Amino acid sequence: MDSEPQFFDQPGGYVGQPLVRVDGREKVTGKAKYSAEFPLPGLTYGVLATSPIAKGKIQRIDTSAAAREPGVIAVLTHQNLPKLAKTPNDPQGKKDIGAPMGFLPLTSDEIFYAAQPVAIVVADTLDHALHAATLVKVTYQAAQPIASFLDPKAELFDPQKVQDGKQDGHTRRGDAKGALASSAIQLTATYNHPVYNHNPMEPGSTTAHWEAPDRLTVYESTQGVTRTQSALTAMLGIPREQIRVVTKYLGGGFGCKGSCWPHTILTIQAAKAVNRPVQLMLTRKQQFTSMGHREDQTQTVQLGATADGKITSIVHTKTSTTSPWDNYAESNSKILDMLYATPNFEATYQLARANVMTSTFMRAPGEAPGSFAIECSMDDLAYRIGVDPIEIRLRNHADHDYSTNKPWSSKSLKQCYARGAELFGWSKRNPRPGVTRDGRYLVGMGMASASYPVHNSQGTARARLYADGHAVVQSGATDLGTGTYTVITQVAADALGLPPEKIRFELGDTNLPTAPNSGGSVAAGTVSSSVYMAAQDVWQKLIKVAVVDKKSPLFKAKPEDVTVEKGRLQLKKDPSKGERFADLMKRAEMTDVEGMGQGKYGSGYETGRSGSPAGPNNNTDTAGEHSMHSFGAHFCEVRVDMDLGTIRVSKWVSVMGAGRILNAQTARSQIIGGAIFGIGSALMEETIRDPHFSRYTNADLANYHVPVNADIPDMTVEFVEENDPFINAMGVKGIGEISMVGVAAAVANAVYHATGKRLRDLPLTPDKVMMAGLAS
Amino acid sequence: MLLAMNNFAYTQAASTKEATAAKQADKQAAFIGGGTTLLDIMKANIEQHTLLIDINRLSLLGIENGASGLRIGALERMSDVGEHPQVVQNYPVISQSLLASASPQLRNMASMGGNLLQKTRCGYYRDVAFPCNKRVPGSGCPAQTGDNRNLAIFGTSPSCIATHASDLAVALVALEAKLTLENPKGATRTVPLADFYKLPGSTPHIETHLQPGELITAITVPAAAHARKSHYLKVRDRASYAYALVSAAVGLDVQGGTIRSARVALGGVGTVPWRVPAVEKALVGKAPTEDNFRAAAALAVRDASPREHNKFKVELAQRTLVRALLEVVA
Amino acid sequence: MHSDDQTPDAANAASQGPSRRSFLKQTGGLLGVALAPPIASQAEALADKLAPASPILSGQINVSLNINGQAKNLRLEPRTTLLDTLREHLDLTGTKKGCDHGQCGACTVHIDGKRVNSCLTLAVMAQGKQITTIEGLAKGEELHPMQEAFLKHDGFQCGYCTPGQIMSGVACVKEGHATTDDQAREWMSGNICRCGAYPNILAAVREVANKG
Repeated sequence: MDSEPQFFDQPGGYVGQPLVRVDGREKVTGKAKYSAEFPLPGLTYGVLATSPIAKGKIQRIDTSAAAREPGVIAVLTHQNLPKLAKTPNDPQGKKDIGAPMGFLPLTSDEIFYAAQPVAIVVADTLDHALHAATLVKVTYQAAQPIASFLDPKAELFDPQKVQDGKQDGHTRRGDAKGALASSAIQLTATYNHPVYNHNPMEPGSTTAHWEAPDRLTVYESTQGVTRTQSALTAMLGIPREQIRVVTKYLGGGFGCKGSCWPHTILTIQAAKAVNRPVQLMLTRKQQFTSMGHREDQTQTVQLGATADGKITSIVHTKTSTTSPWDNYAESNSKILDMLYATPNFEATYQLARANVMTSTFMRAPGEAPGSFAIECSMDDLAYRIGVDPIEIRLRNHADHDYSTNKPWSSKSLKQCYARGAELFGWSKRNPRPGVTRDGRYLVGMGMASASYPVHNSQGTARARLYADGHAVVQSGATDLGTGTYTVITQVAADALGLPPEKIRFELGDTNLPTAPNSGGSVAAGTVSSSVYMAAQDVWQKLIKVAVVDKKSPLFKAKPEDVTVEKGRLQLKKDPSKGERFADLMKRAEMTDVEGMGQGKYGSGYETGRSGSPAGPNNNTDTAGEHSMHSFGAHFCEVRVDMDLGTIRVSKWVSVMGAGRILNAQTARSQIIGGAIFGIGSALMEETIRDPHFSRYTNADLANYHVPVNADIPDMTVEFVEENDPFINAMGVKGIGEISMVGVAAAVANAVYHATGKRLRDLPLTPDKVMMAGLAS
Repeated sequence: MLLAMNNFAYTQAASTKEATAAKQADKQAAFIGGGTTLLDIMKANIEQHTLLIDINRLSLLGIENGASGLRIGALERMSDVGEHPQVVQNYPVISQSLLASASPQLRNMASMGGNLLQKTRCGYYRDVAFPCNKRVPGSGCPAQTGDNRNLAIFGTSPSCIATHASDLAVALVALEAKLTLENPKGATRTVPLADFYKLPGSTPHIETHLQPGELITAITVPAAAHARKSHYLKVRDRASYAYALVSAAVGLDVQGGTIRSARVALGGVGTVPWRVPAVEKALVGKAPTEDNFRAAAALAVRDASPREHNKFKVELAQRTLVRALLEVVA
Repeated sequence: MHSDDQTPDAANAASQGPSRRSFLKQTGGLLGVALAPPIASQAEALADKLAPASPILSGQINVSLNINGQAKNLRLEPRTTLLDTLREHLDLTGTKKGCDHGQCGACTVHIDGKRVNSCLTLAVMAQGKQITTIEGLAKGEELHPMQEAFLKHDGFQCGYCTPGQIMSGVACVKEGHATTDDQAREWMSGNICRCGAYPNILAAVREVANKG
């Protein structure tokens, strides 16, 4: 039954076009509602009071002063907070909840990290709640905290598994150490990374509303309404369907909103306790200690190569800080394992427990720091043997995935290098470092490869096509700002043969069909495929009606002989025989027809079609057969003022091969955004933890520097056309993370080219640059 | 007692005398002009005030440039002064220091007087969970052995190494600006800005020589050739909207290839805006060459007492100074 | 120290709106000093005596704001910021809270045509001024050219900083600070966009500036 529109190869559809965001008007007029913007009747305000110390015990907690403040409704602490059915404080509870952290504040008198919540104050106005929170008097028995893996008191251990148990903490292919020892070229380099915070512009926000004693609606700033619902179901012990989680608009996330964090359940419990809706927005300072961070880490790369620069071996170690309860470390080694043709590979991890909250995934978790290490080391190798940085990468190009020994589903990396070099003007680059000047500035050009996997992900969608020619399409995904509302509308428009303005796409609600977390770059691919499949379901249902309708031109046709072109059902062999869906539906007195679809990882746009011989029903596991990754290349020009140590990025080019691009404009914006995120991590971002207090000293946006407009030059983005038939029904790989992978390396490589100084301690702030110059 | 954004009372003073008297009457009262510092630190629970005295109706306005110098009303906004043609032309260092500060929005709000009283960005001062002698006298100074990258190398004490945050103050100290202060009795006095600020010593919580109830009403800057040929250079962690790692305010009067007078002050490195007379002396009579600038700049850091993470400032201060001097003669 | 709001007298006064009680009474007579300063001229002293003393406002007070051309009468505490007034008292949630400390620009509004951070503005101090928020920028269904330009150039992703960026962009053009790319970058740097839409924001602001 090959009945779906062939739009993948069909020009002229909406998919791929730079359609203006369908939610844009709401955003530019201020009408878009974020999660702390629902003025429910009787709304109250929750504010967290937090611990000044990083380790110790609560000896006494006196809430009387706070409770006496005008407008204060409740002051909740570990002593009087309603009990939960389950907490993440034991491993099974953590697993059942899917909690990012194995400890929930306000469940005990113990203090494990600085700014740990110790009370939640609820009042009638925000001012009253904020003020009363400062009046909660807590007496602590303080102990000496451990601040990081660098703390002399810290004890390193081998976690066996990292990324919260999801990745092996040991990888070994071949004899990496042996091969390294016998390699003609052996390079060893250590890379240091500070703590980074996601800092979405919208701080974590929750509005909790108990509509009945066992019925809850939560407006939540989350990247996954279903994951949040799952966590709440486990913690509250009430059925899933009685908990509704809504995220109409999300003010950025970058990973930190990918889990259900403590402030959310605390707000919900507070709402239960006061029997009124409670709105809580983390303060910016609290944002730094409430929704995870990228952990401080150091990694060492030992790279062995032949005299002509072919990699023989990579040995990688990473040491990082984790919390008192969890073994979280980004798995940096994944990208080192697969990016180049590396015959021998070994990676290990070490962790140290400190008095910090658990770190979490942050845009390109693992790939971002991992790519910094490998892509700087590759640059070292290029200079060592005197070849162009692109050439060294071509010499080590992996024509299959060495980490899994599987073929790529598709790979356009060589095209990305070539097109990027052309757009950037790479050929004008003087191969010698430290010699190109523009007045006072040393000018440097650097590049780096990028890659990000297509993660296993499933989702569902519903499409309801109305006889009058409009449709409502639904999937419980979230739009972090990446453009999900818009790109899915485009997919639905093509799949249903309607103009986008006739489609309403609804998302961000657990009442809708379940979609995965918007994270790991899976949203676009999974949701678009779900919607596409839902549209196919709609057509199948209508075809079945048509072939039994005596008045239809398709009466008695075999369903598999019918196809649909732009909303017209017609015979494949004689397209003149057919009719518009609207005519059919009117005759059949159908107001609407509804289809459901499932977007599956590994069921490509060929195999994804129901009835296709290679389809999922005949057990062809294409997901297992291929290694699926996006690839790309970033090119960076910097101007370095060596006297003052300042670096300005003066030119940027990114070229990506990421499967089908659903919207040229929003995709470009996403790549630019990821590059800027990476430039921030390369040049200025750093959360500093006091070594004695294990407490951040710059937890605000004045001193945690994210890039401002003046830091960013013109940027050029292109996509290499790529038809990957294996990934999912729409051939979409996702671009949220790859946009950042390799960015910091491209910057550091440009700085090396400009100055001849290899800087491996991020961020590359003026002090480090200037002192590096002084060292010569 | 914690009173973060406590429910303070508010009054709009109709006259300077009313304002100063109200302040003197209530030791926990504060003047509010633009509010950009005051509300920031009140929200952070760093300061608490029972009464805010809105001074914006007071006629402390005017940007007047005459033969003897520049007079700026204390309630003029940073943005208006920074772009005032007379300031741009005759006192470029003042204009540049203002436009390198904060953001356009904050510059529209913040008053000139308030700018000079802004609080340090020291992370230990800014977070009430830490000990801090400036915030809570006698509680300690974890910055000495903690995160001190952004902190001072000049004018420090065992009690405090917090950096003075104002860019404007650096420019004004270099140009020997004076403040006009009015007390509750209606009496005015004039104080050189350099003498207005107090080194932390053992009392870092006392930052200025303001007397109870006194209000800054005006800033005056003497006219000078070195003011017309002046420059402000600010080195920071990002291109804009960031505090200085190091900054330099310089003015030179060069005639016939010889420096006749020089004014030099450094920002981002001192517990107060840090004028360096030794550099000024060394420059006078010399040719405006890079070598001479370098030799003079070395004198600027003789008294530096860096901590673990801000040693780079000793070098960066000299380089920033040299670059600023080169810019001014370029 | 200031505890009047607990007295019946204060409660009564508060219920009648801004307190008209004399400054003298409020401050325990100390203002008397100011009323007759020794060095003030006779005329000034006389003028001071004739002038009504400024009231001290505390507790819940009446605040009248002109927002987007409409008069809004509210009961607020003096500490309530303009940002919280808009968001929590008027349901004008287009103005965003990103940091609440003047460090991000998400709360940018215009007061008398100038861009300011509403998080560091007390509502009580914005009385008598024209306040414009993102909700007041469009004329009915017709978007402001800056809003149109942000749509066209995709000057945002998540949209949370966008109202502040647009308000800042409108002011930036009006100030004459968008005449070159570099100038506009610098003068748009008081608005942080974590999604990293800066090149698109720049394109939008420059397009509006070039159209004059």
